[in-house]
Amino acid sequence: MRENYELTVIDSTELPLKALEMKRNNARLVQICATSIEGGYELSYSFAMDYEFINYRIVLDADVKIVSISDLFPSAAFYENEMKELFGVKIESIGLDYDNKFYRIEVEAPFKK
Amino acid sequence: MGKRSIVPFGPQHPVLPEPIHLDLVLEDEKVIEAIPSIGFIHRGLEKLIEKRDFNDYMYVIERICGICSFMHGMGYCEALERIFDVEIPDRSKYLRTIWCEMSRTHSHLLWLGLLADAFGFEALFYQCWRMREKILDMFEASTGGRVIFSVNKVGGVLKDMDKQMLESFVKEFDAMEEELKKLCDVFLTDITVISRLKNVGVLSKEDAITYGAVGPMMRASGIAIDTRKLGYAAYNDIDFKIITSNNCDSYARCEVRIGELFQSFDIIRKAVKQIPDGDIATTVKGNPNGEAFVRLEQPRGEAIFYIKANGTKYLDRARVRTPTFTNLAPLTKILQGCDYADVPILVLTIDPCVSCTER
Amino acid sequence: MAKPMKFAGFALKNLFSKPATYGYPFVKKEYKERYRGKIVIDIDDCLFCGLCSRKCPSGAITVDRNARTWSIERMGCVQCANCVEGCPKNCLHTENAYTDPAAEKVVDTYQGKPVEKKEEAAAPAEDISDKLPVANLDECVFCGLCAKNCPANAITVDRPNKTWTLDESACAHCGVCKAKCPKKCIEFK
Repeated sequence: MRENYELTVIDSTELPLKALEMKRNNARLVQICATSIEGGYELSYSFAMDYEFINYRIVLDADVKIVSISDLFPSAAFYENEMKELFGVKIESIGLDYDNKFYRIEVEAPFKK
Repeated sequence: MGKRSIVPFGPQHPVLPEPIHLDLVLEDEKVIEAIPSIGFIHRGLEKLIEKRDFNDYMYVIERICGICSFMHGMGYCEALERIFDVEIPDRSKYLRTIWCEMSRTHSHLLWLGLLADAFGFEALFYQCWRMREKILDMFEASTGGRVIFSVNKVGGVLKDMDKQMLESFVKEFDAMEEELKKLCDVFLTDITVISRLKNVGVLSKEDAITYGAVGPMMRASGIAIDTRKLGYAAYNDIDFKIITSNNCDSYARCEVRIGELFQSFDIIRKAVKQIPDGDIATTVKGNPNGEAFVRLEQPRGEAIFYIKANGTKYLDRARVRTPTFTNLAPLTKILQGCDYADVPILVLTIDPCVSCTER
Repeated sequence: MAKPMKFAGFALKNLFSKPATYGYPFVKKEYKERYRGKIVIDIDDCLFCGLCSRKCPSGAITVDRNARTWSIERMGCVQCANCVEGCPKNCLHTENAYTDPAAEKVVDTYQGKPVEKKEEAAAPAEDISDKLPVANLDECVFCGLCAKNCPANAITVDRPNKTWTLDESACAHCGVCKAKCPKKCIEFK
């Protein structure tokens, strides 16, 4: 048996609203993942309420900034630092910002296309 | 208010087999805040997907971690099977389930040993690891490896276990269970153990959700979520109860893991009884195209595999969200307000796997 | 419910029982039958197609088609047995014994038998590592021998519809199809 899940494409400006909605529904943040595509990124924000698995997809241009959701979900800070450092996604006001020192790597944004 | 000082903890510390660093802000003997920092062993395995055929990458993804190596390989294969939309033979599902549960038992025994070591009970530590050795021997006999098993492939498994082998394993587990019961009794009732674990590192149910705890960490805070209930592999056909505890402290996390240990033995016994005959793999032809998320329950908690394929033999992205990565945030929470002397135990109760975290 | 001295029973038992360890090096460990200790090759069966070296995640295998040698860096091999799974001739196996420890990195090289005259086409002297097989469909009889022998399953032959298709991304550039073709109608271009 395979798990069914939703995947909704949203705009980057809708993210704080969706995150707030999830927070109110007592969902937990499951993961945030970035994928490099030509000229930008695909970000997947996954939440879970009990066994329900909800995914939001944001397609982002490389130079567009996105707001952090680490105030609502403290664990988001680690994912956001990871995306910022490995992919070069521009994320604003992360709760715990490691300032590109999260992973001690020499190359800047190695996963960026 | 006492004087504040910052004490570094790790990356080299007797309690840590792997490098993780914590900056502990102390006020007298109390920890006020803990800031974790990782990144000492980042290997960039996720990046390697661009250079490896998707079939061969299985052997790379297994090497993310030496404890849940089987489940990493399996999660990757399940995600690709989802993209290909193939159903693997029932026998291979059961074989995967058995190996998964064997991984869980050896991981939990390893953790129990490390916990005993963390509070200075070395004889108990040896006793746990001595038992774990038998499980590694079973892995050696069935897969050909003790740490990295390399038995998964997209479309099934590579090696079969015959009836005789399965029954001999069950016999060994039965014998082990007797001894383990006595051993776990030490963990759950011995006065020295209890005094180090009870009411230490309390993570309330609300905090567990806010901070995104997973696995035994979450179940010890009274939340009954176990991704095995999603029914991947053969878990759909096997009946088991989710083990939880409402104490929310380190003792509860120990209790949950011990409960899961016996539960794993039970699942293995049921799986061996129910395993059907048949093929162990289907052939998968062509290249994948599409994307998939797969969630599964590793010994340390829920892991997520995300695969994005583009129709060639090289995938666009293979991402593994490992349980320890998401358990870092709850760790910072439980460290707030604890005694300095309890820090090593609290770091261990999340069952940290740094090589998973950094990939 | 907290009780003292719970471990005492174990401690006493351990004191009077045999050790759990064995006396290495006087007692040697017996490896299980399936144990992946090292990779061995039946060099006489080897086609030198190079599929194993392409599949090796750690790049430990080198195949020289012209010199007919197969070599493995013993310390670089990670014992995943992907080469064993992928070998079209099943001439690779795992052996349940380790490579002996050494002070220097060991490279084992195996030399294949020199090519017999009639098999000359099997190991073409030309370098085909970046060329793809092309079938001359005027001569092709659509027997499917090339597809059957292709180690990478890259060729599909449809006899009723008389089509011959190649999956370019899967092709291992090994030359087996060319060697097996009874009509000699496959060329590498």
